[in-house]
Amino acid sequence: MSPLNIQQGSSAHSAYDLRDPYSEVIETHTLAVIVDNEPGALARVIGLFSGRGYNIESLTVAETDHQGHRSRITIVTTGTPQVIDQIKSQLARIIPVHEVHDLTVEGTSVERELAILKVVGKGDARIEALRLAEIFRANVVDSTLESFVFELTGVPSKIDAFADLMRPLGLSEIARTGVAALARGA
Amino acid sequence: MSQQMTGARMVVQALKDQGVDVVFGYPGGAVLPIYDELFQQNEIRHVLVRHEQGATHMAEGYARSTGKPGVVLVTSGPGATNAVTGMTDALMDSIPMVVLSGQVPTFMIGNDAFQEADTVGITRPCSKHNWLVRETDKLADTIHQAFHVATTGRPGPVLVDIPKDVQFAEGTYTPPAKARVSHYNPPVKGDITAITALVEMIEKAERPILYTGGGVINSGPAASQLLTELSDATGIPVTSTLMGLGAYPASGKNWLGMLGMHGLYEANMAMHGCDLMINIGARFDDRITGRLEAFSPNSLKVHIDIDPSSVNKVVRVDLPIIGDVGHILEDLLRIWKSRGRKVNSQAHAKWWAHIEEWKSVNCLAFKDGGDIIKPQLALQRLEALTKGMDRYITTEVGQHQMWAAQYLHFDAPNRWMTSGGLGTMGYGLPASIGVQIAHPEALVINVAGEASWLMNMQEMGTASQSRAPVKQFILNNERLGMVRQWQQLLHGERYSQSWSESLPDFVKLAEAFGAKGLRVDHPDQLDEAIREMIAYDGPVVLDCMVEKHENCLPMIPSGNAHNEMLLPSDEVRAITGAGASLV
Repeated sequence: MSPLNIQQGSSAHSAYDLRDPYSEVIETHTLAVIVDNEPGALARVIGLFSGRGYNIESLTVAETDHQGHRSRITIVTTGTPQVIDQIKSQLARIIPVHEVHDLTVEGTSVERELAILKVVGKGDARIEALRLAEIFRANVVDSTLESFVFELTGVPSKIDAFADLMRPLGLSEIARTGVAALARGA
Repeated sequence: MSQQMTGARMVVQALKDQGVDVVFGYPGGAVLPIYDELFQQNEIRHVLVRHEQGATHMAEGYARSTGKPGVVLVTSGPGATNAVTGMTDALMDSIPMVVLSGQVPTFMIGNDAFQEADTVGITRPCSKHNWLVRETDKLADTIHQAFHVATTGRPGPVLVDIPKDVQFAEGTYTPPAKARVSHYNPPVKGDITAITALVEMIEKAERPILYTGGGVINSGPAASQLLTELSDATGIPVTSTLMGLGAYPASGKNWLGMLGMHGLYEANMAMHGCDLMINIGARFDDRITGRLEAFSPNSLKVHIDIDPSSVNKVVRVDLPIIGDVGHILEDLLRIWKSRGRKVNSQAHAKWWAHIEEWKSVNCLAFKDGGDIIKPQLALQRLEALTKGMDRYITTEVGQHQMWAAQYLHFDAPNRWMTSGGLGTMGYGLPASIGVQIAHPEALVINVAGEASWLMNMQEMGTASQSRAPVKQFILNNERLGMVRQWQQLLHGERYSQSWSESLPDFVKLAEAFGAKGLRVDHPDQLDEAIREMIAYDGPVVLDCMVEKHENCLPMIPSGNAHNEMLLPSDEVRAITGAGASLV
């Protein structure tokens, strides 16, 4: 009389049932949502999050298949396992949504974010900024005698760390793209 | 065969090809070309409403009583915004509905043109899906897709917004067979392994219960038959949500009555005490569960639903089965039979003995009102005098709605139309017209409260014009009864704005609309009044004056569990603590 009689991977079960579904721990998940690139598709996705009170930590979107008119939306969200499961099934219910992938549980994935940072300063601070940029492999994409604009790619925590270091050195503006992510392997 | 025609003609052609026989609508500037096309044909009937909200509820009544999608036609701006309440209602109750709205011409969109509204923006959260059609060539295709989405999977309302220039322009008509196939096609068959696991559970369960909902009715009449067969063959008791009434016949031997906040004592106690709960097409709504921490604490829970997002949304279940109720019940019965039709009969006998004890509490008993008509009595008499008739019931929202669910009995699906999820006052009158249009010969009664009824009373004009002989059975307590009841329980009997002053004379009002008006205020005249209402060939308003301060019981006060019900015999006590902040 146990539901555990059901085979793993059967469609009656969540594919992710190795986790404890009753956990109250807040998890961070990266979701890849493949949608028809049509007017309002993004609004439907965002409206779902605001309407049902889910969190969006980061969101990126661009058309990735020009011929098929498909866009890939990468969403980083947080919640208990139950909430994350709800988010996924609510997303899958949106008519223009074709696929929902939870990159956090579907094996390992590569996550990258691009940031552009403007650092304004003179003298030692300026030199220190340039030196740290080299360590972080940030590129200088614009320079004046009083400023640098750095371009940096990496996981969000790397960008956070770099921004923290730049702040006392004259960080004046930062633009971030949000996370783009893909599953590893074939 | 592709055909060149104007967008407006395409709309009418697409509706014909979708088998639409009636449209509920209201003309306006942005839909004039479509109205011109409707004028020039006779296949599709147009029912002229008095307010677009009325059109949406009529479409809901039509849809709920036939299983076919209801179709609404409104103009841009206020026409579309007035449709929002009915669309939200249909979304909450999973009612298939196709709303066609006019829009200002494409070149004026975004300019704040006269009667412009961002209709797809406004209706995005209250529709299953919506489309703004910018090219006439895509119009027919989009309408066919709209019907597909509205009726496939978990049904719901959709909207197609059609700018006026798209209606005027010529384009190529796409017949349904050639319409772009949507990738939207939720599977209907349930996982056989999971269904077999449920059969095992049924074989062993000692105290099983079937908790059924609107999904059984949405699945079609066959699903209701299969449910009845399942319950009758296994001896498992059945309770149902408000939306699911009629799926299992109220005259059936295993019927426990409705469950939930105003559900029957035996149904709620059985939910609390069961060891196997089989949820079929219901969604663990907060009106059903009561306090979640104490909801059916000792049961294994199975959830059959076509919408995966319903699973584990509120209550974590042990076994989800995703698919169409009818298909899953068919497989379930087949497997259960092939394994030898086993149930734990000894345990069932004990279980039923418990249930009989709970039934003996007689939770629907009420005190005799003497010279005053008790609302419960009015409904008991209505039930007795309409028994066996080809009868459809709609309701408004409030005490009368719960009493109707308690005291009226439904032996077949699609006979009971009510606003469950959204709780829309003003639903019942237009819904009754929609039902009557679909079933011209049937007896269609709207059980109403006077306050709800006034919210869309203008639709009496529609009833008269479209010769819909709907019966408006108004339980008039001159109060917003449910609000008053909550104020009594929760707010120290301070009845803030919950009484109706300056009520109209409903008899004269009926007559002003070309209907018959009746009033009754004594129990001795009740039967005669009801008979007169039924016998009259035309719309009737029966103003039934009832006890003003009657409470709707039994009740699970908010914040309480199923086994903490307030019964008619109890002292009515105030709701305190956490429950006080709940709705």
